[in-house]
Amino acid sequence: MVAVLFSITLIASAGVGAVNMITVEPIAAAKAAATEAALGQVLPAFDKTEISEQTIDDMPIKVYTATQNGQEVGFAVESMTKSGFSGVIKVMVGFLPDGTINNVNVLQQAETPGLGTKMCDEGNPLLAGVKGKEATGTFKVTKDGGEVDALTAATISSRAYLDAVNRACVAMMNVTGQEAPDGVSGATAVAENAEQAEEPVAQEGVQNE
Amino acid sequence: MQIILSGILKNNPVFVLVLGMCPTLGTTTSASNGMGMGLATMAVLIMSNLVISLIKNVIPDKVRIPSFIVVIASFVTIIQMVMEAFVPALYASLGLFIPLIVVNCIILGRAEAFASKNSPLDSILDGIGIGLGFTVALTAVGAAREILGSGAIFGMPLGIADFTPLVFVLAPGGFLTLGYLMVLFNKLAKK
Repeated sequence: MVAVLFSITLIASAGVGAVNMITVEPIAAAKAAATEAALGQVLPAFDKTEISEQTIDDMPIKVYTATQNGQEVGFAVESMTKSGFSGVIKVMVGFLPDGTINNVNVLQQAETPGLGTKMCDEGNPLLAGVKGKEATGTFKVTKDGGEVDALTAATISSRAYLDAVNRACVAMMNVTGQEAPDGVSGATAVAENAEQAEEPVAQEGVQNE
Repeated sequence: MQIILSGILKNNPVFVLVLGMCPTLGTTTSASNGMGMGLATMAVLIMSNLVISLIKNVIPDKVRIPSFIVVIASFVTIIQMVMEAFVPALYASLGLFIPLIVVNCIILGRAEAFASKNSPLDSILDGIGIGLGFTVALTAVGAAREILGSGAIFGMPLGIADFTPLVFVLAPGGFLTLGYLMVLFNKLAKK
């Protein structure tokens, strides 16, 4: 009896292990492709990225510094928030070297379909509200006295979205060495990669596309 | 053929047996989610039915249930990894419900009620039938909720965005839709 159950378990785990060996590479490739696609959407043309990592409010934030022929063309920040309506929201925010937001791409969310999920749509009010704006890290929905229109009937999702975008702004400012404005939650952020943080921003000769 | 048809109509897991309600209500916020969940469950069901039918004579009665669960859980893990590797978008939208296929009572129910008593071929057919029944039901519930709640089907807008009582996408709408579809299905199936 025990022997039978043991051998079934053994065979089953061998099978799972074998499939894991087959799928581990495609899974990694799919994740890398997703990151690559998100970077391409939020940044102007680039040929190289450097990654630095920070921790803001106990959340890991990745900053990709994109360069084209050795010149900085923008930053992409993989930011997140835990204040979504249901679960974590991860966004990729692209910044131009002049400190404006180029584009935002939602990487992961589990918001209410038809309401909060509209944050993924092209040209939704949230994206329209931050796109091309200066990344001060103080975006707020109109209900909270800000200037960004929230998604209809999804104020919590909208706040969470802006929270993630604001965190991305703070991370970007940490990297470029700008001072984060007072009252932003990430002002206490720790830049773990000092090398990256000291790098001056190349303001001139940048190709904006 | 008889076995397959019975799985779709007479023994439809959702509308007649009322099994597997957790994924039915949880994943049917859109037609494509419902269909993806149905197909993933069907794949697990076919494979677990086949294997359990093959090893039914080796398993002592006392460790029957643990053995079934090990087999089912392994297949679910395999499906999960395969989906993550090859259909990451669907994997992301189904999320937590994939590992929950393990505790879907349809699968253990069919293993216990059918596969452990019938030949491997019949068990595969039963897996296909019940799996199709589950997929059809989930797709129907998902489509109804998507049409009513977000004015679209399989992600394509139908141009009725003005009339979309949002409640259908939320949990209460799931219960309402399921209830009405169940009535409709049983009414039609009786004829």
